[in-house]
Amino acid sequence: MTTMENQTVPVPQARGASTSEGSAPEGSGTEGSATDGFATEGSAPEGSATAEKPDETAREQATDEVPDPEVIDDPEDESDQAELESADVHAEEDFGGQENLGDESGFDADEEVIDEPDGPDTVPLARRRPDDRQPYRALGLQDDEYSKIRDILGRRPTQSELLMYSIMWSEHCSYKSSKVHLRQFAEKAVPSDRLLAGIGENAGVIRLSDDIAVTFKIESHNHPSFVEPYQGAATGVGGIVRDILAMGARPIAVMDPLRFGAPDHPDTSRVLPGIVGGVGGYGNCLGLPNIGGELVFDPCYQGNPLLNALCVGVLPVGGLQNKAATGPGNSVILLGAKTGRDGIGGASVLASATFGSGSEARRPNVQVGDPFAEKLLIEVCLEIYRADLVVGIQDLGAAGIACALTETAAAAGTGMAVNLDTVPLREPSMLPHEILASESQERMLLIVEPGKEHTVLAIAERWGVPATKIGEVTDTGRLIVEWHGQTVVDVPPASLADDGPVYARPMREPSDLPLMRADRAETLPRPRTGDELRETLLRLASSPNLCDKSWVTEQYDRYVLGNTVLAQPEDAGVLRIDEESGLGIALSVDGNGRYSRLDPYAGAQLALAEAYRNVAATGATPVAVTDCLNFGSPEDPQVMWQFAEAVRGLADGCVELGIPVTGGNVSFYNQTGAVAINPTPVVGVLGILDNVAERVPMGLRNEGDVLVLLGDTRTELSGGEWAWVVHEHLGGRPPKVDLAREKLLATVIAAGAERGHLSAVHDLSDGGLAQTLVEACLRHGVGATVALPEGIEPAVALFSESTGRALAVVARGHDKAFTALAEEHGLPWTAVGVVGGSSLAVPEQFTIPLDELRTAWSGTLPALFGGQEPAGGQEPAAD
Amino acid sequence: MRIGVVTFPGSLDDGDARRAVRLAGAEDISLWHNDPDLHRVDAVILPGGFSYGDYLRAGAIARFAPVMESIVDAARGGMPVLGVCNGFQVLCEAHLLPGALARNAHLHFRNRDQTLRVLSTTTPWTMNFTEGQEILIPVKNGEGRYVADEAVLDELEASDRVVARYVGGNPNGSSRDIAAIRNEAGNVVGIMPHPEHAVEALTGPSTDGLAFFVSVLAHLAGRVGVEA
Repeated sequence: MTTMENQTVPVPQARGASTSEGSAPEGSGTEGSATDGFATEGSAPEGSATAEKPDETAREQATDEVPDPEVIDDPEDESDQAELESADVHAEEDFGGQENLGDESGFDADEEVIDEPDGPDTVPLARRRPDDRQPYRALGLQDDEYSKIRDILGRRPTQSELLMYSIMWSEHCSYKSSKVHLRQFAEKAVPSDRLLAGIGENAGVIRLSDDIAVTFKIESHNHPSFVEPYQGAATGVGGIVRDILAMGARPIAVMDPLRFGAPDHPDTSRVLPGIVGGVGGYGNCLGLPNIGGELVFDPCYQGNPLLNALCVGVLPVGGLQNKAATGPGNSVILLGAKTGRDGIGGASVLASATFGSGSEARRPNVQVGDPFAEKLLIEVCLEIYRADLVVGIQDLGAAGIACALTETAAAAGTGMAVNLDTVPLREPSMLPHEILASESQERMLLIVEPGKEHTVLAIAERWGVPATKIGEVTDTGRLIVEWHGQTVVDVPPASLADDGPVYARPMREPSDLPLMRADRAETLPRPRTGDELRETLLRLASSPNLCDKSWVTEQYDRYVLGNTVLAQPEDAGVLRIDEESGLGIALSVDGNGRYSRLDPYAGAQLALAEAYRNVAATGATPVAVTDCLNFGSPEDPQVMWQFAEAVRGLADGCVELGIPVTGGNVSFYNQTGAVAINPTPVVGVLGILDNVAERVPMGLRNEGDVLVLLGDTRTELSGGEWAWVVHEHLGGRPPKVDLAREKLLATVIAAGAERGHLSAVHDLSDGGLAQTLVEACLRHGVGATVALPEGIEPAVALFSESTGRALAVVARGHDKAFTALAEEHGLPWTAVGVVGGSSLAVPEQFTIPLDELRTAWSGTLPALFGGQEPAGGQEPAAD
Repeated sequence: MRIGVVTFPGSLDDGDARRAVRLAGAEDISLWHNDPDLHRVDAVILPGGFSYGDYLRAGAIARFAPVMESIVDAARGGMPVLGVCNGFQVLCEAHLLPGALARNAHLHFRNRDQTLRVLSTTTPWTMNFTEGQEILIPVKNGEGRYVADEAVLDELEASDRVVARYVGGNPNGSSRDIAAIRNEAGNVVGIMPHPEHAVEALTGPSTDGLAFFVSVLAHLAGRVGVEA
């Protein structure tokens, strides 16, 4: 990268050769350009590292605290431009340093050149030379946004300040396009006495018992994972784990909903193994069990794979940590890895816009994760929490130190005085704006009372983790940053953290939607004969979205910590939280981009319904929601419409189910050129089990158990796997949403489990009853004989994706009691078979030996991505 | 009975090992990598994880930890020592066991429920098994392929020092399907799969792993009895 544009830029800076201490590099001069890092993840969460695109912002602040800025209508006019510019230029690294500065950033030379006679841009210099032109557009800021910054400061911003505003006001950090919609989550939230922290915090916190709480959240790291799959995915996991840690919790598990392009596309075999390796490499080394996720293929994700990562942690009810930098005189301590140039510009470059060609050139913008460093960071933080040594803590993600300083100070309404010379650097020549914007991984910012500072440093020392005081909390209401004796930043923190622009972007229903909806899958030819049904079932079972996922999941540790009660491929992950009482949680993450493409309002509710159903299928009571909203460019009114519909659908759905959205993340710009991904809201639902010993698994085990299909089956094939696999068809309307039915289903399953009626339950979703039977049989290699419900065409009975259904496996002798229970609640049921044998048999239609079924189901991913079996090596291997 | 479980900064399964020790009926004692004091333990477990990140070579740095000097001495004096996964790697690096653990042949981390056949029941850690018994415990590693030169492998087999082999598929390409070995005296055992993850029906694929921890207690009780 580094690029081309060199020539265009006159390299102004060069002149600024450093006067100052040798370290100062020369380059500094140009304003912000360097790095363009804007995006960061905002506030909250770290997006992990770096790269997240602006979009992926965490929504935290978004919703509730929305400060309510003036809503500006249609901002867009130029943003397009700016955005494109920055994107195209892949500017990646900062210019700073010795490189030539010119490259990167793509601003026009004439626009911004500033001369700097000596060293970096400072506040006095900004006052002295108010008319210097600044490359704000290249950093993604619009004209009116730039004017607003000048109004706030009463002068032009310095290079460091400009960069900080550009990052903090980016889509990624400020949720400027999504805020107006995300507010619904707070406004419509159902009150819950279990909710200890909700939207606006790093992650939602749910009280499990009088003493124990859990916190969970999902986030995206999509763009970096496309550019550099292993590190992008690894740092995606690292980022969400630090979010959970910052709440005061010990992280205890992760999940990974993944989406890729066509399975046989050559790029998928580059991206998928890297992402899976990164998720596993980081999570395994952190010692966090991976308890579930998704693996979905669809051509719409070609070039825009989705790496969403969920983390859950546990904390004492009174142990919730705060991010506010309260108490003037308190020390500001930077804990963790040294700060380097890695990741500078990552956020902005990667995140800022859609991808064109040349993404491989952006690899250096993706940070490199060090899970061992994060493991140590976790242990240090937990020890510090236990000893009650911090008044505030914030993780560092995108936007690094800049974001953490402004957010902690803004949250407390205080000020800060920070000296960047004290920040431990990997590269001593780093310039102030680089230090502020670096997205180096594995760092946290602590606010500590002076009397406790020594103890904090001693704990860090014991674990071998660097910890350094970099400043103090003040009562000035200003964040003042010095570097080499000069003031490079002097701003009111809230202006960065809370007062960013908010846009109500134009929206329009996609023009192709009416035609798509008219083209229903229910009109496609369906299999009729037994042989056709058999062949269709096998074809679906072996299709990439429905096949055995163990090629992926075997690369993840699901046992570490010793509390994993259920993990993939079960319907939901179940964790024991309290060894004494058996108190535990269940978690599932689900999404369906095809449904959402056909109807984003319903699609978001269907994702919610599926996750809810999966949690309920274990016998747990669903209590809270997190979401990751993956969409194309918000500047496309059709995408914005999809987004608005999905948010509205999810918010309304949560009201109906009576469970709140506690936090989440938005990822925009998932598109290549003009083509956006299918709108893909991914929803995570958390449930509670009073005693995990009573959880309900998914597989058939006991001969003679009775299979009872709960719910109604309608002819609903549009948007489903059958239509896609057999006809490559996407059209019509997705299955009907019936959240009242989902609640009823959950109630009956919970009651059935409590009374000991149920050996197993497996939900019905993608692929319909056929796929549910395949998975239930193959779980433990126990077959079944199935009588399809009467009055329904066999193909519909097997492949329809009607919602609100589950297959209950009722213990022998309990079937009358269980079906009476269903009836008592008004839940329709049909006895459909009996467990036993070594085949899946549907009398008068077909019989499939389980061996044949397993071969079809389990061979797909190894065939695509490499064999499973080792060579049986004798080589002494050099490692 | 006091059984020590070492915690290196990157240890991950230390909590699981301590739980297994408690379930077996012993007192679990945490040992810190930087502290050479073994705190009067009767046996030591080196748990799974990534000791110091293992970016160099699994266990290569851990062998130099202060606690390891004491453990090596104690092991040479006959104290029962069990290394699981990363602990096995550390024992090889410390030369308490021969051979080495190399990157899996298929180059992936692999976690699955694995059947093993227990072949040597003379060690303190396996005396409660019957020879040839098949057990099911999780395997999970990225560098679990046991390698040694042919002479060493022959010697291990000839002297009943292969403690367990993989059956029904070799998960990592280990030489001669070796999953666990012991030293000549038998008190030091290294095993790649994780017995501490198979100690409760609720969370493990079986409870077969518990016998490792119960065995060592029986061994220690017997020895204590004799000495008394």
